[in-house]
Amino acid sequence: MNSLMTWSVLLGTSALCYSIKLVGYLIPARWLANNRLQRINSLVPVVLLSALVVAQALTVKTHIVLDHRMAGVGAALAALIAKAPFPLVVFSAALTSALVYRLR
Amino acid sequence: MPHVSRRTLRDALSVALTVGAYGVAFGAAGVAAGFTVLQTSLFSLLAFTGASQFAAVGVVASGGAVVSAVVTAALLSTRNALYSLQMAPQLEVRGWRRLLAAQITIDESTNVALAQSPQGPDAVRHGFWLTGSGVFLFWNIFTLVGALGAKSLGNPAAWGLDAAVPAAFLGLLWPRLHDARVRIVAVIATLFSLIMTPILPSGTPIIATVLVAVVAGWR
Repeated sequence: MNSLMTWSVLLGTSALCYSIKLVGYLIPARWLANNRLQRINSLVPVVLLSALVVAQALTVKTHIVLDHRMAGVGAALAALIAKAPFPLVVFSAALTSALVYRLR
Repeated sequence: MPHVSRRTLRDALSVALTVGAYGVAFGAAGVAAGFTVLQTSLFSLLAFTGASQFAAVGVVASGGAVVSAVVTAALLSTRNALYSLQMAPQLEVRGWRRLLAAQITIDESTNVALAQSPQGPDAVRHGFWLTGSGVFLFWNIFTLVGALGAKSLGNPAAWGLDAAVPAAFLGLLWPRLHDARVRIVAVIATLFSLIMTPILPSGTPIIATVLVAVVAGWR
């Protein structure tokens, strides 16, 4: 990705995310007071985060690739089940993944 | 700001410091994805919504197009619109102050603010502004620390940074899986995005999973 593209991602994301935050301060509350819309909206982060875990841990472009990253995310899952705090979850993933990457 | 209760101050500061510290992970992820230290820092200043920032650089890192990265990040931040709707009547902000309030309307400021409601409307307002500006300060400082650190490390895979990002997503997802229905939706979304990976262009399977949310939330 060249610098024009990285700047586009940065500025596009920033502009859209800011506009979305501004919505509630500018429009009447009843416009978004729809039960179906609220239900779908509450599930959007769940599906996107699930898909992001898949994309980042198990794929390279359009291929499914099982490598050191999967070991790292497995360690993160174990840490979450053990109720570890967020920084420890991320750290255990990085440590495990780095070890597998270097030893393989 | 007139008399801030100790409890509100304690809640705001502890959240601001712990959440702000995750900025290190974002700073590292941004640089590992190919953004410069300047761009990574600007991400935290301008976009300032953690999960969306991770998503944008994550899609770029996995070879997705500009549009996929921006759309995924924007979709992930739609909950902020609902937060701003909840906060607007309680903050009673007018004019240019709305522009400031909007930028710090995120998971943490809204949740700390709403948790102060037994203490009255002033505590809600204090909780919002203190948490929002505190997270903003620490998130940006730690982003820079993480970006500079990752730059000096070199190959991201050798330090596990390529696994740190999906682990962060899993950590953000985990507390949302509070009931069986949501867990089923998460499993279906996971399978759906795996199946779509070889079929759709890189980055778009993530956006396509919104279909799962629409179907599951319809009735």
